[in-house]
Amino acid sequence: MGAAAAGGRVAIVAGCRTPFCRAGSDLKDLTAVELARHATVELVHRAELDGRLVDEMYFGQVVPSPLAPNLAREVSLLPQFPRTIPAVTINRACASANTAITQAHDQIALGHAKVIIAGGAESLSDIPILHSRRFAEMLVAAGRAKTLAERLRILARLRPRDLIPVTPAIAEPSTGETMGQSAEKMAKINGISRQDQDRFALRSHQLALAGTQDGRLAAEIAPMVLPSGAVVAKDNGIRADSTLEKMANLRPVFDKRYGTVTAANSSPLTDGASAVLLMSEDAARALGYAPLAFIRSYAVSAVDPADQLLMGPAYAVPRALERAGISWQDIGLVEMHEAFAAQVLSNIQALESREWARQHLGRSEAVAQFDWDALNVMGGSIAIGHPFGATGGRLTITLANEMRRRGVQFGLISVCAQGGMGFAMVLEQR
Amino acid sequence: MGAFRCAVSDGIARVVLDLPGEPVNKITRSVREELDQLLDRLGGDPGVRAVILSSGKPDTFIAGADIEEFVALRSREEAHELVRAGQRLLNRLPALGKPIVAAIHGACLGGGLETALACTYRIATDHPKTQIGLPEVQLGIIPAAGGCQRLPRLIGVRAALDIILAGRTLPAHRAYRAGIVDELVHPAILDRVAGEAAARLAAGWHPKRSRGGLAGLFMDRTPLGRAVVFRLAARRLLRQTRGHYPAPLAALRAVRHGMRHGVEAGLELEARLFADLAVGEVSRNLVSIFFATTALKKDPGVEGQAPPPRPVSNLAVVGAGFMGAAIGGVAVAQAEVDVRLRDTDLSRVARGLATAQGILAERLARRRITKYDHRRLAALLSGGTGWEGFRRADLVIEAVFEDLEVKHHVFQEIEARVRDDCVIASNTSTIPIARIAEVTRHPERVLGMHFFSPVDRMPLLEVIVTDRTAAWVTVTAVAFGRRMGKTVIVVKDQPGFWVNRILAPYLNEAGRLLEEGVPMEVLDAAMVRFGFPVGPITLLDEVGLDVAEKSSHVLHQAFGDRLAPMAGLRRMVEDGRLGRKSGRGFYRYEGGKRQGPDAAVYRIVGATRARALPDDLQDRMVFALLNEAVRALDDGVVRSARDGDIGAVFGIGYPAFRGGPLRYLDTLGAARAVERLAMLERRHGARFGPAPGLLRLAEAGGRFHAPHPR
Repeated sequence: MGAAAAGGRVAIVAGCRTPFCRAGSDLKDLTAVELARHATVELVHRAELDGRLVDEMYFGQVVPSPLAPNLAREVSLLPQFPRTIPAVTINRACASANTAITQAHDQIALGHAKVIIAGGAESLSDIPILHSRRFAEMLVAAGRAKTLAERLRILARLRPRDLIPVTPAIAEPSTGETMGQSAEKMAKINGISRQDQDRFALRSHQLALAGTQDGRLAAEIAPMVLPSGAVVAKDNGIRADSTLEKMANLRPVFDKRYGTVTAANSSPLTDGASAVLLMSEDAARALGYAPLAFIRSYAVSAVDPADQLLMGPAYAVPRALERAGISWQDIGLVEMHEAFAAQVLSNIQALESREWARQHLGRSEAVAQFDWDALNVMGGSIAIGHPFGATGGRLTITLANEMRRRGVQFGLISVCAQGGMGFAMVLEQR
Repeated sequence: MGAFRCAVSDGIARVVLDLPGEPVNKITRSVREELDQLLDRLGGDPGVRAVILSSGKPDTFIAGADIEEFVALRSREEAHELVRAGQRLLNRLPALGKPIVAAIHGACLGGGLETALACTYRIATDHPKTQIGLPEVQLGIIPAAGGCQRLPRLIGVRAALDIILAGRTLPAHRAYRAGIVDELVHPAILDRVAGEAAARLAAGWHPKRSRGGLAGLFMDRTPLGRAVVFRLAARRLLRQTRGHYPAPLAALRAVRHGMRHGVEAGLELEARLFADLAVGEVSRNLVSIFFATTALKKDPGVEGQAPPPRPVSNLAVVGAGFMGAAIGGVAVAQAEVDVRLRDTDLSRVARGLATAQGILAERLARRRITKYDHRRLAALLSGGTGWEGFRRADLVIEAVFEDLEVKHHVFQEIEARVRDDCVIASNTSTIPIARIAEVTRHPERVLGMHFFSPVDRMPLLEVIVTDRTAAWVTVTAVAFGRRMGKTVIVVKDQPGFWVNRILAPYLNEAGRLLEEGVPMEVLDAAMVRFGFPVGPITLLDEVGLDVAEKSSHVLHQAFGDRLAPMAGLRRMVEDGRLGRKSGRGFYRYEGGKRQGPDAAVYRIVGATRARALPDDLQDRMVFALLNEAVRALDDGVVRSARDGDIGAVFGIGYPAFRGGPLRYLDTLGAARAVERLAMLERRHGARFGPAPGLLRLAEAGGRFHAPHPR
């Protein structure tokens, strides 16, 4: 893949995102579409982009609104663009924005497009609440009824319990297991202690706080002015006052007795959006852009959801490295999505284990040896937050910017996703 | 035939009006003559059972009567004969004995609508270009081809008066709802639906029309109800026009007379009233303003061969204060361009964006735009504290604090970021543009765009050019100002530009009178009587005393004692009285509402107690303005008397029925104006010394404008 294909190498030219805010807080009155449109308008300005140059758009969203099921199209209909830009919304759960970016990559690499905006958005403050199936059926039937009497007869069958709304849960449809239960199970199987999880979560908050204070995280955020006139310029989940003691006081959520996964060592439900500008290397140069980074390789994987649900990255990472033609030693910076501290630590454990590599990959050597100073250097989803559809865009922007700052040649992204899936991508700078 | 095409098939005559050599259809003498003959033919042709009248122009049905023709009228008698002939012609339509369907796409105004009203059935396209109304009173005349008779009979007296008295134009869907048109269709099927309607009507079908609800039945259909409606309307009109605009009252009389004494009597009065108005001064002045505005819409803003304006699709505004934000909001709402607001801190940006969004929200609330328009337009507004988006900008408007050093700094910052083909404009009202441009590398792309507050309501824009401003820059700013919905005049870079220059002596004089002990409400009332929408003291409160003080100071320095401001103004500002925005000025305000005059003001400005009201107080204020207008015109501040009058009417609300200050001087006569000024000079001092230009005109018996045709 990459350089050999028709469209040449694919450049990440620019990216930005909204602040990430806990669901039900600062951004609660906005829809995912509005969040995505804001990130994209700001991207246009920051990149000084002529909207007429954009060929396509791909956005990720996991819980779409039935009122605007193709979010990407609503974004591509922004007045900054011609109304003729095709756009697709993608769902690969928490790796949705990553997949939007790889779709963009593929279309550019194939020579089908030169300039694409990809990203993702989620408003977990604005999830669809459904009527019960019975009530919905009655409403449809009543709508079709020809006479008032017939209509009333149908509605007379309504019972109070039919009116109880159905809220979608973050659970595996195939197993009924929630994300948190999966993380809890993984902590037990892999022997990840409560203390290690809490320490990892604390590290996430501390690094995110430092990244915010020194301006590195703030640089990727497009401040939002709410209809009320209030300004939201920062991620609001990052805690300056976290301590191990406070975290230790929290009760486990998913297994009250033997559990270790708590609200503090998990990523919170979050609202936010991200947008990334991708171009073919030639187009970027011709238009006078200096790319932040280039996409070197990517890979996806899936495991049996009934097994260790969030172990996908351990399979995707070696694949992506192999496709990139590099080894772990070449990687100078890593952005790992933090769904749960237990999930991150389980994956790290597997990637660093020779035994695991032999059993699951048929390799004689461990995949990785982590340098903790190069991992999630501005914290991760536990502190910053995790709007499902948008996180992949944030990881890409954060990594590309930091590779630039540090002069790192190769960087790695890994993401676990619902359905047992994993995602990994290698970026390169020159 | 020239203007009409006519083809008959299946018993239906399709008559298409397509006036040769004109972009729009209008009712000219030749159109009337041709229609007369055509009606003879159609009436006598047994093969024709019904008629469809439509337009061959892309975006107009019939735009109205030929204004040139009406302007050329020389006497009452001539005017009377003209409209009587028009009435006789339109009376032939319902008398034809065959149904006529008006198939309306595009503007259907004035005489155009009166023609459609004389038809049997009206179908309009649901298209933004289809605008339907009777704007006559805006030109100081009344609908006199039966409009005052047929419209109230079709849609009821109240709805008809709403349209006729205000000279209103409705979009097609509103006209449909009002009952003016019978059907509303997509343009693609207009011809077909018109054909079907014509066939039905020919077969004896009678369209059913709603006669309004129970209340409507009483108010519109009974003499008693109508009497109430007429009395209320008359009272409202007197309040609104203060007797300065005779046309709406005349229209009301024509409608009332017709409803009481029948159509023929109504038509006769319509014609008589029209004839009076058409040759009257007010109508002539309003028409001259109309022509000037129309001409300005086509004026590129530079003399000689004008380069094409550069397209502006991205605007950046530096300074998200009230002015900058409002400019951004109007640019989005009117010109639909991408707007980037920049200010130094995020909370100022946020307030600016809220102000700009407020302009859109108001349009949504007034249903001038749909919620879908609103969503699209709102997304055009963004802002930040950095310079992101400035390389995309085709035009940057600076609206920061009025301080030369600050502006110098900002212009250098802007120039470092924008493309070479970007126009940079300052919204300053007090600083010479040339001084601002001094620090730039490319002063040729710098000019002033002086908007007036509130930007979304004030119709004027002064584009200020320096000696170095390039022609392409001027035309680009003028064209963009027009897209923002403004009437644009190009003004020379001199202190006060045009509007503030002529306004200053007027306000100064009001200040002097105040110091002499004339109560502020007396001053305001005097100028409202003259025809201004508000008086000078109220205007000061609205503009802001700090702003007025700064501006008057600059003019005082530039032009000396002639433009010396009232001494008390500075003390008012020092006292924290900035006018309405600060909650206190000359008047008192409570919760945004104006209360009475503030008695404390007289002490602050050091007013002496007046023994009696001066008998020349209106003259003093008016002539201060008129005299300065002549000086500024002679200084070449505006390019023509036309631009000067437009600037005064749209910039400070100089009474339109007087045609503008220079037109008003023409009406008075230069010699008489000189006499009045000389008298004021003797009484009140050198500042009233007649302007040299006025003296020259008086001597030569000249005028500023060509005379109205008489």
